[in-house]
Amino acid sequence: MKRLGFLLLLLLAFPVLALPAAALEPDEVLADRVLEQRARDLSQEIRCVVCQNESIDSSNAEIAKELRLLVRERLTAGDSDAQVLDYLVARYGDFVLLRPPMKSSTYLLWFGPAIVLLLGLIGVFFFFRRQSPAALTPAALSAEEEQRLSRLLEDGEGAGGTGGEGKTGRS
Amino acid sequence: MTQRLLFLLPVLLFVVVAGYFLWGLSPDRDPQALPSGMIDNPTPNFDLPPVPGLEQPGFASADLGQGEVVMVNFFASWCVPCRAEHPFLTELAEETGVPLYGINHRDKPEDAAAWLEELGNPYSRIGADSGRGAVEWGVSGVPETFILDGEGRIR
Repeated sequence: MKRLGFLLLLLLAFPVLALPAAALEPDEVLADRVLEQRARDLSQEIRCVVCQNESIDSSNAEIAKELRLLVRERLTAGDSDAQVLDYLVARYGDFVLLRPPMKSSTYLLWFGPAIVLLLGLIGVFFFFRRQSPAALTPAALSAEEEQRLSRLLEDGEGAGGTGGEGKTGRS
Repeated sequence: MTQRLLFLLPVLLFVVVAGYFLWGLSPDRDPQALPSGMIDNPTPNFDLPPVPGLEQPGFASADLGQGEVVMVNFFASWCVPCRAEHPFLTELAEETGVPLYGINHRDKPEDAAAWLEELGNPYSRIGADSGRGAVEWGVSGVPETFILDGEGRIR
Protein backbone atom coordinates (compact mmCIF):
# COMPACT_ATOMS: atom_id res chain seq x y z
CA MET A 1 0.00 0.00 0.00
CA LYS A 2 2.81 2.33 0.96
CA ARG A 3 4.54 1.41 -2.22
CA LEU A 4 1.48 2.26 -4.28
CA GLY A 5 1.28 5.64 -2.62
CA PHE A 6 4.91 6.25 -3.44
CA LEU A 7 4.33 5.34 -7.07
CA LEU A 8 1.38 7.69 -7.23
CA LEU A 9 3.49 10.47 -5.79
CA LEU A 10 6.14 9.71 -8.36
CA LEU A 11 3.57 9.96 -11.14
CA LEU A 12 2.35 13.26 -9.74
CA ALA A 13 5.90 14.52 -9.67
CA PHE A 14 6.42 13.62 -13.31
CA PRO A 15 3.13 14.39 -15.04
CA VAL A 16 4.78 13.89 -18.41
CA LEU A 17 5.21 10.21 -17.61
CA ALA A 18 1.64 9.89 -16.46
CA LEU A 19 -0.22 11.07 -19.53
CA PRO A 20 0.52 10.55 -23.17
CA ALA A 21 -2.00 13.29 -23.92
CA ALA A 22 -4.04 11.91 -26.76
CA ALA A 23 -7.70 12.29 -27.53
CA LEU A 24 -7.61 9.05 -29.44
CA GLU A 25 -10.50 6.77 -28.65
CA PRO A 26 -10.06 3.02 -28.45
CA ASP A 27 -12.36 2.28 -31.37
CA GLU A 28 -10.21 4.43 -33.65
CA VAL A 29 -7.02 2.48 -33.08
CA LEU A 30 -5.87 0.32 -35.96
CA ALA A 31 -5.08 -3.33 -35.39
CA ASP A 32 -1.85 -3.01 -37.38
CA ARG A 33 0.61 -1.53 -34.90
CA VAL A 34 3.01 -0.21 -37.53
CA LEU A 35 0.23 1.62 -39.35
CA GLU A 36 -1.17 2.86 -36.06
CA GLN A 37 2.21 4.29 -35.09
CA ARG A 38 2.45 6.03 -38.45
CA ALA A 39 -1.06 7.39 -37.95
CA ARG A 40 -0.13 8.69 -34.51
CA ASP A 41 3.02 10.37 -35.81
CA LEU A 42 1.10 11.95 -38.68
CA SER A 43 -1.72 13.07 -36.42
CA GLN A 44 0.74 15.07 -34.37
CA GLU A 45 1.71 17.02 -37.48
CA ILE A 46 -1.85 17.91 -38.42
CA ARG A 47 -3.65 20.88 -37.00
CA CYS A 48 -7.17 20.57 -35.75
CA VAL A 49 -8.46 23.38 -37.98
CA VAL A 50 -11.02 24.68 -35.52
CA CYS A 51 -8.74 24.68 -32.47
CA GLN A 52 -6.09 27.11 -33.73
CA ASN A 53 -3.08 25.39 -32.21
CA GLU A 54 -3.71 21.82 -31.29
CA SER A 55 -2.91 18.69 -33.21
CA ILE A 56 -5.71 16.35 -34.16
CA ASP A 57 -3.96 13.81 -31.98
CA SER A 58 -4.70 15.79 -28.83
CA SER A 59 -7.97 17.46 -29.74
CA ASN A 60 -11.41 16.26 -28.77
CA ALA A 61 -13.17 18.27 -31.46
CA GLU A 62 -15.41 16.33 -33.79
CA ILE A 63 -13.50 17.39 -36.84
CA ALA A 64 -10.27 16.18 -35.23
CA LYS A 65 -11.83 12.78 -34.73
CA GLU A 66 -13.04 12.78 -38.31
CA LEU A 67 -9.55 13.65 -39.53
CA ARG A 68 -7.95 10.98 -37.34
CA LEU A 69 -10.25 8.41 -38.86
CA LEU A 70 -9.49 9.74 -42.32
CA VAL A 71 -5.72 9.54 -41.77
CA ARG A 72 -6.08 5.92 -40.69
CA GLU A 73 -8.37 5.11 -43.59
CA ARG A 74 -5.94 6.50 -46.11
CA LEU A 75 -2.95 4.79 -44.54
CA THR A 76 -4.80 1.51 -44.58
CA ALA A 77 -5.62 2.13 -48.23
CA GLY A 78 -1.89 2.28 -48.88
CA ASP A 79 -1.20 6.03 -49.02
CA SER A 80 2.23 7.29 -48.07
CA ASP A 81 2.55 9.84 -45.27
CA ALA A 82 3.19 12.57 -47.83
CA GLN A 83 0.09 11.61 -49.80
CA VAL A 84 -2.06 11.89 -46.69
CA LEU A 85 -0.66 15.34 -45.92
CA ASP A 86 -1.10 16.44 -49.55
CA TYR A 87 -4.69 15.31 -49.44
CA LEU A 88 -5.36 17.47 -46.39
CA VAL A 89 -3.40 20.47 -47.68
CA ALA A 90 -5.44 20.38 -50.89
CA ARG A 91 -8.56 20.82 -48.79
CA TYR A 92 -7.54 22.96 -45.86
CA GLY A 93 -4.43 24.72 -47.16
CA ASP A 94 -1.07 24.90 -45.39
CA PHE A 95 -2.91 25.93 -42.23
CA VAL A 96 -3.63 22.28 -41.56
CA LEU A 97 0.09 21.58 -41.11
CA LEU A 98 1.46 22.39 -37.68
CA ARG A 99 4.94 22.82 -39.17
CA PRO A 100 4.77 25.37 -41.96
CA PRO A 101 6.41 24.20 -45.18
CA MET A 102 9.48 25.97 -46.54
CA LYS A 103 8.52 27.99 -49.60
CA SER A 104 8.86 31.49 -50.95
CA SER A 105 5.89 32.84 -48.99
CA THR A 106 7.24 31.47 -45.72
CA TYR A 107 10.92 32.43 -46.06
CA LEU A 108 10.37 35.44 -43.81
CA LEU A 109 8.79 33.17 -41.21
CA TRP A 110 11.66 30.69 -41.31
CA PHE A 111 14.57 33.09 -41.65
CA GLY A 112 13.12 36.15 -39.88
CA PRO A 113 14.54 35.22 -36.47
CA ALA A 114 17.97 34.54 -37.95
CA ILE A 115 17.88 37.89 -39.76
CA VAL A 116 16.93 39.73 -36.57
CA LEU A 117 19.74 37.93 -34.72
CA LEU A 118 22.18 38.90 -37.46
CA LEU A 119 21.10 42.55 -37.28
CA GLY A 120 21.55 42.42 -33.52
CA LEU A 121 25.04 40.95 -33.84
CA ILE A 122 25.99 43.65 -36.34
CA GLY A 123 24.72 46.27 -33.90
CA VAL A 124 26.70 44.74 -31.05
CA PHE A 125 29.80 44.57 -33.22
CA PHE A 126 29.64 48.26 -34.07
CA PHE A 127 28.83 49.17 -30.48
CA PHE A 128 31.91 47.43 -29.13
CA ARG A 129 34.13 48.55 -31.95
CA ARG A 130 33.38 52.15 -31.11
CA GLN A 131 34.36 51.49 -27.48
CA SER A 132 37.53 49.53 -28.22
CA PRO A 133 40.84 50.97 -26.85
CA ALA A 134 42.09 51.53 -30.36
CA ALA A 135 39.19 53.86 -31.07
CA LEU A 136 39.60 55.60 -27.72
CA THR A 137 43.34 56.35 -28.16
CA PRO A 138 43.59 59.86 -29.48
CA ALA A 139 45.39 60.43 -32.73
CA ALA A 140 49.07 61.35 -32.58
CA LEU A 141 49.88 65.04 -32.36
CA SER A 142 50.52 66.85 -35.57
CA ALA A 143 53.86 68.62 -36.15
CA GLU A 144 52.25 71.98 -35.40
CA GLU A 145 50.79 70.75 -32.13
CA GLU A 146 54.14 69.18 -31.24
CA GLN A 147 55.83 72.51 -31.65
CA ARG A 148 53.22 74.32 -29.59
CA LEU A 149 53.53 71.77 -26.85
CA SER A 150 57.30 72.04 -26.61
CA ARG A 151 57.00 75.82 -26.61
CA LEU A 152 54.52 75.71 -23.77
CA LEU A 153 56.70 73.31 -21.83
CA GLU A 154 59.73 75.55 -22.29
CA ASP A 155 57.73 78.60 -21.24
CA GLY A 156 56.55 76.83 -18.11
CA GLU A 157 60.09 75.93 -17.14
CA GLY A 158 61.29 79.42 -17.92
CA ALA A 159 58.66 80.98 -15.59
CA GLY A 160 60.32 79.07 -12.81
CA GLY A 161 59.43 75.75 -11.39
CA THR A 162 56.18 73.89 -11.56
CA GLY A 163 53.40 74.07 -14.08
CA GLY A 164 50.95 74.77 -11.26
CA GLU A 165 52.10 78.31 -10.88
CA GLY A 166 51.42 79.01 -14.50
CA LYS A 167 47.71 78.77 -13.73
CA THR A 168 47.64 81.59 -11.26
CA GLY A 169 50.25 83.57 -13.06
CA ARG A 170 47.76 84.85 -15.56
CA SER A 171 45.29 86.65 -13.40
CA MET B 1 26.62 62.20 -43.45
CA THR B 2 26.49 58.52 -42.49
CA GLN B 3 26.21 59.62 -38.90
CA ARG B 4 23.09 61.58 -39.73
CA LEU B 5 21.59 58.63 -41.62
CA LEU B 6 22.22 56.45 -38.60
CA PHE B 7 20.02 58.74 -36.52
CA LEU B 8 17.21 58.14 -38.99
CA LEU B 9 17.37 54.39 -38.40
CA PRO B 10 15.28 54.31 -35.19
CA VAL B 11 12.69 56.53 -36.83
CA LEU B 12 12.53 54.19 -39.79
CA LEU B 13 12.23 51.17 -37.48
CA PHE B 14 9.43 52.90 -35.59
CA VAL B 15 7.54 53.62 -38.79
CA VAL B 16 7.85 49.99 -39.93
CA VAL B 17 6.75 48.58 -36.57
CA ALA B 18 3.92 51.11 -36.21
CA GLY B 19 2.75 50.30 -39.71
CA TYR B 20 2.69 46.62 -38.87
CA PHE B 21 0.70 47.22 -35.69
CA LEU B 22 -1.70 49.50 -37.51
CA TRP B 23 -2.31 46.74 -40.04
CA GLY B 24 -2.82 44.29 -37.19
CA LEU B 25 -5.35 46.54 -35.48
CA SER B 26 -7.31 47.32 -38.60
CA PRO B 27 -10.95 46.47 -37.94
CA ASP B 28 -11.24 45.12 -41.48
CA ARG B 29 -8.75 42.39 -40.76
CA ASP B 30 -10.09 39.10 -39.47
CA PRO B 31 -7.25 37.15 -37.87
CA GLN B 32 -9.42 34.04 -37.89
CA ALA B 33 -10.09 34.24 -41.60
CA LEU B 34 -9.17 31.03 -43.31
CA PRO B 35 -9.12 31.11 -47.07
CA SER B 36 -10.50 27.90 -48.47
CA GLY B 37 -7.96 25.69 -50.15
CA MET B 38 -10.67 24.56 -52.52
CA ILE B 39 -11.11 27.65 -54.67
CA ASP B 40 -10.60 26.90 -58.39
CA ASN B 41 -10.52 23.19 -57.68
CA PRO B 42 -12.99 20.76 -59.18
CA THR B 43 -15.73 19.36 -57.01
CA PRO B 44 -14.44 16.84 -54.52
CA ASN B 45 -15.57 13.25 -54.60
CA PHE B 46 -18.62 12.62 -52.53
CA ASP B 47 -21.92 10.85 -52.60
CA LEU B 48 -24.43 11.96 -50.02
CA PRO B 49 -27.68 10.14 -49.30
CA PRO B 50 -30.88 12.12 -48.77
CA VAL B 51 -31.90 13.11 -45.26
CA PRO B 52 -34.47 10.55 -44.11
CA GLY B 53 -37.89 12.16 -43.85
CA LEU B 54 -37.18 14.89 -46.39
CA GLU B 55 -38.47 14.75 -49.94
CA GLN B 56 -35.37 16.38 -51.51
CA PRO B 57 -32.96 13.87 -53.03
CA GLY B 58 -29.35 13.63 -51.95
CA PHE B 59 -26.58 14.36 -54.41
CA ALA B 60 -23.12 13.30 -55.48
CA SER B 61 -20.17 14.82 -57.35
CA ALA B 62 -21.70 13.71 -60.64
CA ASP B 63 -24.75 15.93 -60.04
CA LEU B 64 -22.58 19.05 -60.07
CA GLY B 65 -20.96 20.62 -63.09
CA GLN B 66 -23.85 19.84 -65.44
CA GLY B 67 -23.47 23.17 -67.21
CA GLU B 68 -25.30 25.06 -64.51
CA VAL B 69 -24.10 27.32 -61.72
CA VAL B 70 -24.99 25.86 -58.35
CA MET B 71 -24.68 27.00 -54.75
CA VAL B 72 -23.78 24.41 -52.16
CA ASN B 73 -24.44 25.33 -48.56
CA PHE B 74 -23.35 23.38 -45.48
CA PHE B 75 -25.87 23.78 -42.70
CA ALA B 76 -27.06 22.16 -39.50
CA SER B 77 -30.01 22.70 -37.23
CA TRP B 78 -27.66 23.14 -34.25
CA CYS B 79 -25.71 25.89 -35.96
CA VAL B 80 -26.70 29.39 -34.88
CA PRO B 81 -25.08 31.35 -37.73
CA CYS B 82 -26.91 29.04 -40.15
CA ARG B 83 -30.19 30.26 -38.73
CA ALA B 84 -29.01 33.84 -39.19
CA GLU B 85 -27.98 33.38 -42.82
CA HIS B 86 -30.99 31.27 -43.76
CA PRO B 87 -33.32 34.13 -44.81
CA PHE B 88 -30.53 35.62 -46.94
CA LEU B 89 -29.85 32.32 -48.69
CA THR B 90 -33.54 31.83 -49.30
CA GLU B 91 -33.85 35.27 -50.84
CA LEU B 92 -30.69 34.75 -52.90
CA ALA B 93 -31.93 31.48 -54.32
CA GLU B 94 -35.34 32.96 -55.11
CA GLU B 95 -34.04 36.15 -56.71
CA THR B 96 -31.25 34.67 -58.78
CA GLY B 97 -32.90 31.38 -59.60
CA VAL B 98 -29.60 29.64 -58.95
CA PRO B 99 -30.29 26.22 -57.48
CA LEU B 100 -29.27 25.92 -53.87
CA TYR B 101 -28.08 22.50 -52.73
CA GLY B 102 -27.82 21.85 -49.04
CA ILE B 103 -25.51 19.57 -47.12
CA ASN B 104 -26.90 18.77 -43.71
CA HIS B 105 -23.83 18.42 -41.54
CA ARG B 106 -23.78 16.15 -38.50
CA ASP B 107 -27.44 16.53 -37.74
CA LYS B 108 -30.35 14.38 -36.62
CA PRO B 109 -32.77 13.91 -39.54
CA GLU B 110 -35.78 14.88 -37.44
CA ASP B 111 -34.03 18.03 -36.18
CA ALA B 112 -33.12 19.02 -39.72
CA ALA B 113 -36.69 18.42 -40.89
CA ALA B 114 -38.12 20.48 -38.04
CA TRP B 115 -35.64 23.27 -38.70
CA LEU B 116 -36.58 23.44 -42.38
CA GLU B 117 -40.25 23.22 -41.46
CA GLU B 118 -39.88 26.23 -39.22
CA LEU B 119 -37.71 28.43 -41.42
CA GLY B 120 -38.72 27.29 -44.88
CA ASN B 121 -36.81 25.11 -47.28
CA PRO B 122 -34.94 26.83 -50.11
CA TYR B 123 -32.91 23.74 -51.03
CA SER B 124 -33.61 21.75 -54.16
CA ARG B 125 -31.40 18.90 -53.03
CA ILE B 126 -30.21 18.00 -49.56
CA GLY B 127 -27.49 15.53 -48.75
CA ALA B 128 -26.92 14.11 -45.30
CA ASP B 129 -23.31 14.31 -44.16
CA SER B 130 -22.04 12.41 -41.15
CA GLY B 131 -18.75 14.32 -41.17
CA ARG B 132 -16.63 12.99 -44.00
CA GLY B 133 -18.39 15.15 -46.59
CA ALA B 134 -17.18 18.27 -44.82
CA VAL B 135 -13.60 16.99 -44.90
CA GLU B 136 -13.84 16.29 -48.61
CA TRP B 137 -14.95 19.87 -49.14
CA GLY B 138 -12.32 21.28 -46.80
CA VAL B 139 -14.98 22.63 -44.49
CA SER B 140 -13.87 23.23 -40.92
CA GLY B 141 -17.16 24.55 -39.58
CA VAL B 142 -20.70 25.32 -40.60
CA PRO B 143 -22.04 27.36 -42.24
CA GLU B 144 -19.98 27.45 -45.39
CA THR B 145 -21.23 28.05 -48.90
CA PHE B 146 -19.60 27.26 -52.23
CA ILE B 147 -20.47 28.54 -55.66
CA LEU B 148 -19.75 26.13 -58.48
CA ASP B 149 -19.55 27.00 -62.14
CA GLY B 150 -21.05 24.94 -64.92
CA GLU B 151 -17.98 22.73 -65.07
CA GLY B 152 -18.20 21.95 -61.39
CA ARG B 153 -15.29 24.14 -60.42
CA ILE B 154 -15.44 25.86 -57.06
CA ARG B 155 -15.32 29.64 -57.46
